[in-house]
Amino acid sequence: MKPAAFTYHAPETLAEALQVLAEAGEDGKVLAGGQSLLPILNMRLAAPGHLVDINRIPGLAAVDSAADAVTVGATARHADVERDDAASRVQPLLRQGLRLVAHAAIRNRGTTCGSLAHADPAGEMTAVLALTGGTVRLVSAAGERELSAADFFVGPLESCLGPGELLCSATFPAFPSGTGTAFVEVARRKGDYALCGVAAAVGLDKDGLVTSVRTAYISVDPTPLVLDLTDAVGGTSAATADWAAAGALARSQVSPEPDIHATASYRAHLVGVLTARALVEAAAAAGGSAADAPSVVR
Amino acid sequence: MSPEQQRPVTLVVNGVGHRVTIPVRRLLSDAIRHDLGLTGTHVGCEHGVCGSCTVLLDGRPVRSCLLLAVSVDGAEITTVEGLAGADGTLHPVQQAFTECHALQCGFCTPGFLLTIAAGLEDNPAPTEDEATELISGNLCRCTGYQNIRRAVLRAAELRRSGAAG
Repeated sequence: MKPAAFTYHAPETLAEALQVLAEAGEDGKVLAGGQSLLPILNMRLAAPGHLVDINRIPGLAAVDSAADAVTVGATARHADVERDDAASRVQPLLRQGLRLVAHAAIRNRGTTCGSLAHADPAGEMTAVLALTGGTVRLVSAAGERELSAADFFVGPLESCLGPGELLCSATFPAFPSGTGTAFVEVARRKGDYALCGVAAAVGLDKDGLVTSVRTAYISVDPTPLVLDLTDAVGGTSAATADWAAAGALARSQVSPEPDIHATASYRAHLVGVLTARALVEAAAAAGGSAADAPSVVR
Repeated sequence: MSPEQQRPVTLVVNGVGHRVTIPVRRLLSDAIRHDLGLTGTHVGCEHGVCGSCTVLLDGRPVRSCLLLAVSVDGAEITTVEGLAGADGTLHPVQQAFTECHALQCGFCTPGFLLTIAAGLEDNPAPTEDEATELISGNLCRCTGYQNIRRAVLRAAELRRSGAAG
């Protein structure tokens, strides 16, 4: 349970880091918070030849909240984003999702960008990026590119981050006003990987009628799955909307794989139940009184 | 194969700076125990699940088994040895653990003590639910969690009254 030997690099500037990463190529790995990487190294599931520690590079830890988006730097800790009131006002799903990421001690060191780069299908922030229509900025010695979640996540633990590239920041856009959000999940124990998790965004008009219903799922597909469920409840009042029908619609559109933690049918069941719960919460946050809706399995 | 890379680092533990030269792959937990001889930090699972190796890094609880020692060069680290006063007066959390019988074998205890000590700095008056949430990232396999949760609430009382701190 100790990492295999590697060459350690501690660049002091981004340019230096990119140079080292370019030279290391396939054999290089970025160390930010290390809360996914260190277990992998300890268990020797991976043994990269070069570790590039980006924690000393100034300016990468910023959490910038503009009116229309929150941009999170590569070494901003989950805990820093979670505690950031301005970020939570602009995009409430950040705090809602982050509270479910592992345990506080992990969030104190782990980074939001690192979690995205790790591309775990159970990672809460992958769904937040996908549902908000967010982007990641990848930089390398050769240049930079900006990708949407749909383009960035390729498969389980696989992104299109290439050799020599660093995920430098992630941008989470705000939703239009009148949108409420929620993140709910079921895990065997507090802080465990979710068996199923749902990020939800419900838009209401000024009369409390549902205008849009979108959800994103973790631990269901190899990459974060985004669904539009507006057809199930659009145009109805948030207070009386049939959220269970939206849950059923979601359930009909997923085909999760079984594993040792849950069967496929249990996961599909969770998709239905958790979708309805998340939508009730999101609609309430949007200003509807959906918490009294009778049709939802609590 | 070239010889394993070593690197000098300064580990500031409980207010004392230690200059050591260590292999770059040395985990912070191992550096604290092996290089500094501070064996109060316990090592359980070594992949971030059990919480027994929890230390404070610049005041915040972290898993020392999921950090490279070279990555925290110069940072302030607090281990269980740094909790009690210089005269041996127990920290309120330690006092509460003895009063509430919140440990049996003691293996997990250092991680709990540091997690709770930092948690009460953030939230000096936790509810029962908040106390449960606070210790949710630490595993105990003997006394169970009821007494530990009582100790969280008792430690909060002791801190407020200043009776043990």
